[in-house]
Amino acid sequence: MGVTSSTTKEPTALKRVPRDLAVALNPEELDAHDRQWTPLKIIIWSAISLLGGLSWVMLAVVRGETVNAIWFVFAAICTYLIGYRFYSKFIEKHIVRPDDRRATPAEYKADGKDFAATDRRVLFGHHFAAIAGAGPLVGPVLAAQMGYLPGTIWIIVGVVLAGAVQDYLILHFSMRRGGRSLGQMARDELGVIGGTAALIATLVIMVIIVAILALVVTNALAESPWGVFSVGMTIPIALFMGCYLRFFRPGKITEISIIGFVLLIAAIVGGGMVAGTDWGQTYLLLDKVTIAWGIIIYGFIAAILPVWLLLAPRDYLSTFMKIGTIGMLAVAIVIIRPEINVPAVSSFATTGTGPVVAGTLFPFLFVTIACGALSGFHALIASGTTPKLIQKERQTRFIGYGGMLMESLVAIMALVAALSIDRGIYFAMNASPALTGGTVQGAVAFVNGLGLTGVNLTPSMLTDMATNVGEESIVSRTGGAPTLAVGLSHIMQQLVGGTSMMSFWYHFAIMFEALFILTAVDAGTRVARFMLQDSLGNFFPKFKNTSWRPGAWAATAIMVAAWGAVLLMGVTDPLGGINTLFPLFGIANQLLAAIALAVCMAIVAKRGLFKYLWVVALPLGFAAVVTISASFLKIFSATPGIGYFAQNRAFSEALAAGETSFGTAPSVLAMQAVVRNTMVQGVLSIVFVVLAIIVILTAIQATVRAYRNHSSATSEDDAVQSQIYAPAGFVMTPPEKVLQAEWDALPVEKKTRVKGH
Amino acid sequence: MILWAGVRTGARGVLWYLKGLLGEDAYEKYLAHHAALHAAGADVDGADEGAPHPLMTEREFWRDQTDRQDQNPQGRCC
Repeated sequence: MGVTSSTTKEPTALKRVPRDLAVALNPEELDAHDRQWTPLKIIIWSAISLLGGLSWVMLAVVRGETVNAIWFVFAAICTYLIGYRFYSKFIEKHIVRPDDRRATPAEYKADGKDFAATDRRVLFGHHFAAIAGAGPLVGPVLAAQMGYLPGTIWIIVGVVLAGAVQDYLILHFSMRRGGRSLGQMARDELGVIGGTAALIATLVIMVIIVAILALVVTNALAESPWGVFSVGMTIPIALFMGCYLRFFRPGKITEISIIGFVLLIAAIVGGGMVAGTDWGQTYLLLDKVTIAWGIIIYGFIAAILPVWLLLAPRDYLSTFMKIGTIGMLAVAIVIIRPEINVPAVSSFATTGTGPVVAGTLFPFLFVTIACGALSGFHALIASGTTPKLIQKERQTRFIGYGGMLMESLVAIMALVAALSIDRGIYFAMNASPALTGGTVQGAVAFVNGLGLTGVNLTPSMLTDMATNVGEESIVSRTGGAPTLAVGLSHIMQQLVGGTSMMSFWYHFAIMFEALFILTAVDAGTRVARFMLQDSLGNFFPKFKNTSWRPGAWAATAIMVAAWGAVLLMGVTDPLGGINTLFPLFGIANQLLAAIALAVCMAIVAKRGLFKYLWVVALPLGFAAVVTISASFLKIFSATPGIGYFAQNRAFSEALAAGETSFGTAPSVLAMQAVVRNTMVQGVLSIVFVVLAIIVILTAIQATVRAYRNHSSATSEDDAVQSQIYAPAGFVMTPPEKVLQAEWDALPVEKKTRVKGH
Repeated sequence: MILWAGVRTGARGVLWYLKGLLGEDAYEKYLAHHAALHAAGADVDGADEGAPHPLMTEREFWRDQTDRQDQNPQGRCC
């Protein structure tokens, strides 16, 4: 194998039936099955379409006082089903063109470890757990200030046409290349310049994303002894689990995960007791800066400790919690069906003056909700572990496209949870302390002063909610995680426990988010460290050796310092932190998506599939327009609330004029901080956008060159004959059932793979 | 009785899925792979296999697995 640039090896060389049994279904038979519209199929798909259409009408057209949350769920699921059945099939037929006669890397590179064929349903869960994180939970919460409709449309339509397409294509293309990473594919397809720009962009984006995830956790744990205790306890719990698996009972993962989960629940309950004690109040009531330093130190230590001790057990807990909590929330929303009392589109969508995140609907809605609709970060996962575990080529549609639809559903549920809480409380929680003063009175005055119809916040609403969820205060708990936790506890308490259980559910949700954010911080630092060492190794060869301790520690320290600096900038920002930094996170993620889609476009073009290039060009064009215009606004806008440099100028001029307070900065020191922060943020915006433009231009260049040369070249690995069979989707189709039955009838010794080339 | 059998099948299915999801079946998969390789090596020449890999014990396998993760970290999503 290896990179080949000869013409496409048409897999006609592959045997149709290599042994006594077929390893792939006949394509004509498959096609015939798809085209055969039995009355039952017609009825089912008509019902799905009608229900979906009705749900969209209920959301978009019927404007009652309130709208029921169930319509969000129906609109989403029906649209996903239609998108999966028709659009992803279209992409499969015309672009992906899987061939089950070809062995996947899991088969032809099988080593029983990294490359191992995995059951499609298990791998679906695995892939979903790897792509779903805090992003789809936080973004929709922040975007809820623009009303429910824009976010809902973007999440649902965006995933079908953009996000799931990206994940599917990257997964398939990486699989056809032996599981090559996005960076390697960029170098192969876009050349040295495009490839290097993509690599640097990935590294910088990784730093920003880790920093902002850490900021979300910091904001959720600050001034919360309960949260600090229960989240802090995950460290000894994980250490215990790690040692148990290493020394006591290796491999008993399910068993120790259940033990860990019980300990986790005990830590949440215990946190409530500790928070009530004097020492809890004295030692665990920490401010944001202390928490941020804690996370920075933790991040460094966690990233240099061996994986078995902290990261691996934390991963098991995180997977456990993730699947469980998301499933629980879905069930609760369907049973409780909360009424949502939020306008379809709020005035902030057009004025751009929303207190949560500044900017108008276009382009800022599309960068605020990044994960859940289109997430570039997924391209790193879809070109990482997953392609090395796929059994059969046709499964990539279910795992790549289907997995992303699931993540989108999570985003819809997060949106519903955020929308279900009182709007006054929502704005009091998400306006920065600079606006509310951090006090109940300040928050009430600010929120009621926004002039929103139907919003009438009283101090007791805020203090009651704070008491119910077991926090000192819920004013200005920005970042999205606390709001989601309030929403989740509001929904869950109606199902289990009532008001007295709200504090448990709130901290359960905080724990759930903190767990996988801390895992992402640890893993992100490790990945960034390896990328840095690889780059430094070009100049100082010693750094290439990743087991060289001083090099590893130095590279880790550099990466932690990079994201730590952005994190500290965020927590001390006189302008609020989340509202200035979150757009940077969204832009970074969408730029990575543009890079991934640009690579996909070049691959599709090189295979000569110009007729269907629009499938990739459409989301790429949209992501490019959104991110580049958002970046330009952040760089060039004259409105200080939006443009980093406008803000920088305003504060510099105020300082030069000898003023001692300006805007929301109460002192000269704070004003200097704003000048510094906006400069860093502005420069980062420039770096991102320049790198992304380079990558997109090189991709267009590669596409045009391919068109001129009538290219049908491929950088795929050579086709290898497959020897195994497995169905493609979650449920077997009738032709698949027939073939599967034949395979099931084989004696065991004949089922195992026959080695040979 | 039929109901009981159904519950048992269901529970076994859930446990199978959970184990797969958490990766608990990794050693079984490794053993199966090793066995297949070995069986094939006996009747085919197996010349391109290189040096034969000695079978790792369960404890060795899990240590090797986390050590490989140390050398080849994977990102988690945001």
